[in-house]
Amino acid sequence: MKTPFFQVVLAIVRKDLQAELRSRELVSSMLMFALLSVLVFSFALELDRLARQEAISGVLWVTVIFASVLGLNRSLAAERDAGNLDAMLLAPVERAAVFFGKLLGNFIFALTVGLLLLPLMAVLYNAPLLQGWLLLILFLGTLGFSTCGTLLAAMTVQTRTRESLLPIVLLPVALPVLLAAVNASTAILRAAPLNDWVTWPQILAAVDLIYMVLCYLLFSFVIEE
Amino acid sequence: MTAIITAVALSKTYGLTFALRKLDVSIAAGQFVALLGPNGSGKSTFLRLLTGLSRASAGSLVIGGWEMPREADAVRAQIGVVSHKALLYDTLTARENLRFFAALYHLPRDKAEARINALLEQVGLARRAEDLVRTYSRGMLQRLSIARALLHAPDILLLDEPHTGLDRSGSEMLDTLLRAAHAEGRTVLMATHELERAAALSTRVLILARGTAVYDAPTAGFDGERLAAQYAQVTG
Repeated sequence: MKTPFFQVVLAIVRKDLQAELRSRELVSSMLMFALLSVLVFSFALELDRLARQEAISGVLWVTVIFASVLGLNRSLAAERDAGNLDAMLLAPVERAAVFFGKLLGNFIFALTVGLLLLPLMAVLYNAPLLQGWLLLILFLGTLGFSTCGTLLAAMTVQTRTRESLLPIVLLPVALPVLLAAVNASTAILRAAPLNDWVTWPQILAAVDLIYMVLCYLLFSFVIEE
Repeated sequence: MTAIITAVALSKTYGLTFALRKLDVSIAAGQFVALLGPNGSGKSTFLRLLTGLSRASAGSLVIGGWEMPREADAVRAQIGVVSHKALLYDTLTARENLRFFAALYHLPRDKAEARINALLEQVGLARRAEDLVRTYSRGMLQRLSIARALLHAPDILLLDEPHTGLDRSGSEMLDTLLRAAHAEGRTVLMATHELERAAALSTRVLILARGTAVYDAPTAGFDGERLAAQYAQVTG
């Protein structure tokens, strides 16, 4: 009776991408915020070259995370306000499939912003940001953040103070992701030996997996009355 | 006649407030039931319980032989929902919207395309099928909403104030579609505040007040005026 899990996930991702390619509302606002943020940090750290080099990974992750919060809020709010979350839940679909569909869409948007940010920051901060390991950390960090972010945005979107509430509840929950991502990125940019920091991507992957399992189990409780 | 919806002692509470209080209702297959009642009487709560979007606090609910919420997926495949919100994506075209929902209802692609074309034709939107939904008028949105609800050929159509915001011609067009859906053998349950329309469309009227059924009778022989008098009497 149920629609196959992956068919639902793919339908939701395709729909989100199709809508975004047409409207460009979500990624453009995330990207605009990210650009401004990177530029502000660049000017603020202009006078102290050493501090500027040290702060690159922090700037990158703070920017990616706040841009993601913006995207998560808007993505789930659009579904909730138009009643479309209910419309999806009216179909014979697994609730977890709706979660993974929304998660993948949010992840793709956040990762796109992160990937566009890297070359810009590489120029602005004169740092070797375009390297394989850093791309992997960006992938894992964005995935972990989008996972818990999608679940918590589905919760906070039902409240009147959703814009301010989401970062308040999300940032403490996403702290392990942020911590592992910043530490790994800093070590990569310092060209530290692999053995010194290889545990951070491993931790990041483990945290991602734990978050995914937890969110898979919790999503139906979050969205149903 | 066989009951397609059976609610026994159905209750729903929000904190200490009763939204539904031990509601007993049995609806036979093929009936067109107008669900009436003042604001806060429990109409929308009842519809949400029927759709499985909300869980009852007590009582039992069986739809099409399936028990809610245990067999909710089987029930969801049998119901189509139209609300005062269109439940459509305004950045997609009408066809893209229907394709998306066809995928959620697991319609095979070739059958889905044929069904989408037939429904767009039926609701009079075939020529606007490739237009973005955000360019649609309120009346067109509701017609597309009916197409979305009928996409998987459900046995039961649930409507929550579908005429909200429609002008006279839009309402009449919607009535025609609802009559057609009923004539095809579907069971229709429509929550509305429009007594005249309820009398004209339905075969049975069910009035709720304070979360319980206070009047339940066939509509035959009723006109809007008589129904209004009855409504005033039972709702106080």
